[in-house]
Amino acid sequence: MKQRSHDRRGVLSAALVTVGVLALTSCASGAGTPAAPRDAAELTGRGPITYVSSPDASGAAQQTIDAWNAEHPDELVDWIELPLDADQQRQQMVQNAQVKGEAYTVLNLDVVWTSEFAANRWITALPEDALPLDAEIPATVEAARYRDTLYAAPYYTDAALLYSRTDLMEAAGVTEPPETWAEMQKACDAVLALPEAAEMSCYAGQFDKNEGLTVNFSEAVNSAGGSLFNADGEPTVDTPEALTALNFLVDGFESGMIPEEAITFQEEQGRQSFLDGNLVFLRNWPYVYASFSATDGSSAVQDKFGTSPIPGETGPGVSTLGGRNIAISSYAENQATALDFIAFFTGQEQQGERLAVSSRAPVFSEFFADDAVTARLPYLPDLLTSLEKAQPRPKVVQYGATTAAIQDAIYPALTGDTSPEAALADLQQALADIVAE
Amino acid sequence: MSTSTTQRPGQRTTPARKTGRLDLGEGRRAALLLSPTFLVLALVVLYPLLSAFHQSLFSSQSGLDADGFVVEGDAFVGLGNYVQIFAGADAARFYNALWNTTFFTFTTVTLEVIIGIAMAVAMNRAFRGRALLRASILVPWAIPTAVSGLLWRWMFQADGIVNTLTNQQVLWTAEGFAAQAAVIVAEVWKTAPFIGLLVLAGMQIIPEEVYEAAKLDGANAWRQFVAITLPLVRPALLVAVLFRLLDSLRMFDLPFVLIGPRKSSVETLSILAWDESNQLQYGTASAFSIILLLYVAVIAYVFITILGADVVGEKKPKAVRARRRSQEPPAADVTRSEPTQTKVTR
Repeated sequence: MKQRSHDRRGVLSAALVTVGVLALTSCASGAGTPAAPRDAAELTGRGPITYVSSPDASGAAQQTIDAWNAEHPDELVDWIELPLDADQQRQQMVQNAQVKGEAYTVLNLDVVWTSEFAANRWITALPEDALPLDAEIPATVEAARYRDTLYAAPYYTDAALLYSRTDLMEAAGVTEPPETWAEMQKACDAVLALPEAAEMSCYAGQFDKNEGLTVNFSEAVNSAGGSLFNADGEPTVDTPEALTALNFLVDGFESGMIPEEAITFQEEQGRQSFLDGNLVFLRNWPYVYASFSATDGSSAVQDKFGTSPIPGETGPGVSTLGGRNIAISSYAENQATALDFIAFFTGQEQQGERLAVSSRAPVFSEFFADDAVTARLPYLPDLLTSLEKAQPRPKVVQYGATTAAIQDAIYPALTGDTSPEAALADLQQALADIVAE
Repeated sequence: MSTSTTQRPGQRTTPARKTGRLDLGEGRRAALLLSPTFLVLALVVLYPLLSAFHQSLFSSQSGLDADGFVVEGDAFVGLGNYVQIFAGADAARFYNALWNTTFFTFTTVTLEVIIGIAMAVAMNRAFRGRALLRASILVPWAIPTAVSGLLWRWMFQADGIVNTLTNQQVLWTAEGFAAQAAVIVAEVWKTAPFIGLLVLAGMQIIPEEVYEAAKLDGANAWRQFVAITLPLVRPALLVAVLFRLLDSLRMFDLPFVLIGPRKSSVETLSILAWDESNQLQYGTASAFSIILLLYVAVIAYVFITILGADVVGEKKPKAVRARRRSQEPPAADVTRSEPTQTKVTR
């Protein structure tokens, strides 16, 4: 009996030990004293630096870095590659900032993280005159600012496009891409009446519970004339405009204009569905263009689709702004080198060089009118139209909590579990709580 | 695993002390010899544990100053984080995650035990290609969970192979019971072989003579299984089930990859802790981890108390020795007179 109880103790402590080790992986110490905001002239120090970024399969970024390294043997740039998953990139950069690590010098940030990093003083303010901001698309520059101070340089940009099946629209007698939601519905009614389109659905975006839903909802609200936050940073989602926007999506699911399975769509599933010829209209980013126009037989829509800016309530819609910014970590050494590198990396010459290998949209408007470039990337003029009106996603410090609150409120409305009115009232309350924190 | 090797030295001293042979000098030397182990344990187990508990007593308070910069500080809130979890505004989310964790654990472990035992029985038969079957059955277990999560998501997507084969249009990766079912299927597929293999190991030490005797006595296959196989593999099975319980109570990667984060129908306690730490709320995240730790400890304790699983392996050598010493008679005994089947387990 004694032996037995000893066994149990042993077992229990063994279990505790195992569990203890496993349960505690997520804990690291936070909180640090923020660095003072810097004046441009205070960026000092020259020497080797690191560029911290997601992988770039096209090899375009590596090409730029090689070019820099060839010219600056004493100020070499070493690329620290982070995981492909954006959440993990952010987490690693945040962790580096919290321990004030010197390992990361130049950070490749998603546009929506810029406010958070700036407000926490994890990245340093940049001198505006060191960068060619005037030649860049205004919306992209705006997305690199926090409270009117520039904290990053725009690297590449992204906005929504409406992909449409021009072959079917032509067959149904629809000549122009839709500019409003009503026009889109009308075009669908005509197209779906065709015998060859009997199995198809009208429209899809990204409605799975992830960042894509935040993007699609915020686009709908902006396209209906509303906004998620006003100029003072107060939430404004319990408004008639937001309700119109949400009803467009909810009614879409109810009427079958948006297929039922679109509730599981992220970017890739929607791309696949359009690629297989199941959708008449698709809202997606420019990156899917290459796969639709593939000539190797993988695309059922090759030469059968077109692009246009996304539709809205009463006229062309307002896209959300995507893309990346390049910033300097506050805790890094050799910041003078870092500034030079950013100017070189995001400069017009290198963006032009990269266009030959990468389909990422440049931030200089000049390229969008360049015939040589648009011949290769025919969607650029539509993208520019989209970008000229594009709105950043909420520029809030607690972006993670904000986007989570939006998804938590909107997803059940789309599945019919809550009414649109209640969802928006809840969201208003949740966002007000986050802002008040 | 590491736990069993670290426990063993500690236990060897016990019988010695009981017999009174251990004098003071030897005790000191034993303590000295063991001290590196204790030091390492304290470093990798005790310190993170205490540190997490300490962290869970703080809450990061952040606000913006006039220039829009974050003013941050950790405020001591005592058990405030715990109170907030159990009774705060987001308590429903916690209870939902607790329920999901429990639900997944009990459904998956039950299914895994049934399927695992069936696999072990199949693998224990002598037939052509047995080695190949044994190796192939381990493939699901050898695949990293995140990868199998992706594989299953691909199969479960709206136009995936599952819907095509069943000719249904079920939205597995949206919210709801379908999502839970998808997680359960993938989890069982992945870990039933683990139980199967441990049970098989337990089966292979059952002497063939026992079955021969049972056959002579006219026991059919089912009778043999219930009266001989099950009782004799019980120790191995209990250890396997305990490991699976501990493992699936902290389930994270499969629902996270297969269905996605923040889906309330598959959100587990681990996902909740991850989500909090992702929002830089390390205090709450630590509190969630501590709660999960206590919950797992309670379940493990209850399981061990009720079923008496022998994890450390102290009893097994003895049982085997005892059986070897008098192999023939008790085995024959058991099959002849059914009421004594409990003897077999001793």
